[in-house]
Amino acid sequence: MGPAAPTRPEARRPKPEADKNHLMDPVLIAQIALVVVVFHALLLSAAGMVYWERKIAAWLQQRVGPIYTGPAGLLQPFADVFKLFFKEELRPLAADKFLFYLAPVISAAAAFSAFAVVPFGPPTDFWGLLPREIPLYVADVNVAVLVIFAITSMGIYGIVLAGWSSNSKYSLLGGLRSSAQMISYELSYGLALAGVLVIGNTLSLHDLVEQQGGYWFGVIPRWFIFLQPLGFVVYMIAGIAETNRAPFDFPEAEQELVAGYHTEYSSMSFAMFFLAEYINMVTVSAVATNLFLGGWKGPFLPEWLGFLWFLIKLSALLFFYLWIRWTLPRYRYDQLMTFGWKVLLPLAVLNLLVTAAGVVYFGA
Amino acid sequence: MITLNHYLVLSALLFAIGTAGVFLRRNLITVLLSIEIMLNAVNLTFVAAGRQFAAVDGQIIVFFVMTVAAAEAAVGLALIIALFRHRESLNPDAFTSLKW
Amino acid sequence: MALDTVLFYAFAGITVLAALFVVVQRNPVYSVVLLIASFGGLAGLYVLLDAPFTAVTQIIVYAGAIMVLFLFTVMLLNVPREDASEFDRAHPLNRPGARRFGAVLVVLFLIEAVWAVWHVSGRETAALRATDPGSVASVREIGKVLFTDYAFAFEVTSLLILAAMVGAVVLARHRAE
Repeated sequence: MGPAAPTRPEARRPKPEADKNHLMDPVLIAQIALVVVVFHALLLSAAGMVYWERKIAAWLQQRVGPIYTGPAGLLQPFADVFKLFFKEELRPLAADKFLFYLAPVISAAAAFSAFAVVPFGPPTDFWGLLPREIPLYVADVNVAVLVIFAITSMGIYGIVLAGWSSNSKYSLLGGLRSSAQMISYELSYGLALAGVLVIGNTLSLHDLVEQQGGYWFGVIPRWFIFLQPLGFVVYMIAGIAETNRAPFDFPEAEQELVAGYHTEYSSMSFAMFFLAEYINMVTVSAVATNLFLGGWKGPFLPEWLGFLWFLIKLSALLFFYLWIRWTLPRYRYDQLMTFGWKVLLPLAVLNLLVTAAGVVYFGA
Repeated sequence: MITLNHYLVLSALLFAIGTAGVFLRRNLITVLLSIEIMLNAVNLTFVAAGRQFAAVDGQIIVFFVMTVAAAEAAVGLALIIALFRHRESLNPDAFTSLKW
Repeated sequence: MALDTVLFYAFAGITVLAALFVVVQRNPVYSVVLLIASFGGLAGLYVLLDAPFTAVTQIIVYAGAIMVLFLFTVMLLNVPREDASEFDRAHPLNRPGARRFGAVLVVLFLIEAVWAVWHVSGRETAALRATDPGSVASVREIGKVLFTDYAFAFEVTSLLILAAMVGAVVLARHRAE
């Protein structure tokens, strides 16, 4: 039932394991270790994103960025976390206590949970340490794409409840605008995903990646991005809007709304919102990697090192995210909503129709 | 051992809670929320019965019920906004006379 | 205690308690948040019933979209907390005869509920029929039946949503006075 329950038939286990203590089953331990590793990898990736955001912003703006904290400024994220940790935890007196503290928890929990169904490597048995292979993701669900979509919709509540419970004009406006933006772009997000699902004919991310192995003409990898270029563009734009990043970060813009929905937050609650934002970015990029860029498939490396390819592609997409933030100016709110409903949504629908027609016509 | 009856009793309980909410609460938003509770109770019955008779129709009907509930919630909330603009009150008793 | 039983009671407990507090609560924002929790419990029950697609759709549509709509309305209208004393004074059902009648009905309902549960738990009931995992529930199955047997209903539903969209926009529009 839970993520650690084995899903393969028992008969495949070699006999000597049969009288081992069930709690010390190496597969169970490996799966628990996998959960721990994924959790910490996400935390580290958020820390890494803090560092790279500052460095890339600096390079794009022709300056140096953090260089004092540690070698080449590598300890900057840890310095930031320490600072946030020691700040005072404030709460406005008129703020609704329960929801005020619940909101960042919802944001962070949704961000972490969404990554639970994203596979980041081929099924592996850790070079013979395990009696059988385990897939490299936390939960084995065969409606993985929908689960990601569902958990992302739940993340909206963190923002809207934060905006309301702070009991302040700017927060409320920021929260409402942000959540309206997120639900508007969720439609295009889902439709872009639907294009890939029509081609892949399965909802499981693992199977979708498996279908992207192999090459056309021996040279071009069979990634879905070549079959769905418009879908990829729509997905990335919708993903940027979903995670409230520039150029769609109007709700948290300093010049407009003080800091939007997290105006009244400080210390660790604020840290949780930012953690949630970075991890959402990682999740959107990870899903894009799996769906459009072939996941862990890549040349030159043996299959079991596939997760390195995954990391490379993921880093490329995250770099793209950061690059866009510091290059493009911010959209005004009505321009943002107009773009989402009148441009992106028709494009996504058109993409789906053309994909469906193509699949019917070419029969594959 | 969880049987179909467990799910049916649960569904009946939820439906009763929803109905009580519709009758007793004097706030239009809460009345709409109670209606949603009732619809969900019915959804649960459909899915449980679908599982019992090994038919996928239960889930398909639930799909349609959810869509109808979404449409009804949207229109209901629009009505509430329009009513609120006129009377500044969300108490259904404020709208009992036909004249504005 | 099988895991299934424990999970059923856990999810059922969440669903019923949250729904009860939705109805009893005075603060409308808390009511909406509690209803979201109740829907989460229901999604868990759907997963136990081998209906993962329905569970996920419940979260996406109900908890993720409809409740956001409710939350927006509550926040934008700044819905006031219901005043308990005003409730007692002005409620149309709060008349002496109605109270006694209502109490009688509640007692009858409780007796009937206890009888129903006691009556069915004694008898030999069929457990939920075991299905091949994924056979009834698979999304492929649902899609196939939805777009063949229920295709007409599907198309009519899309018209219904269109009507609801247009209706909502027209109703909530500011009249140019």
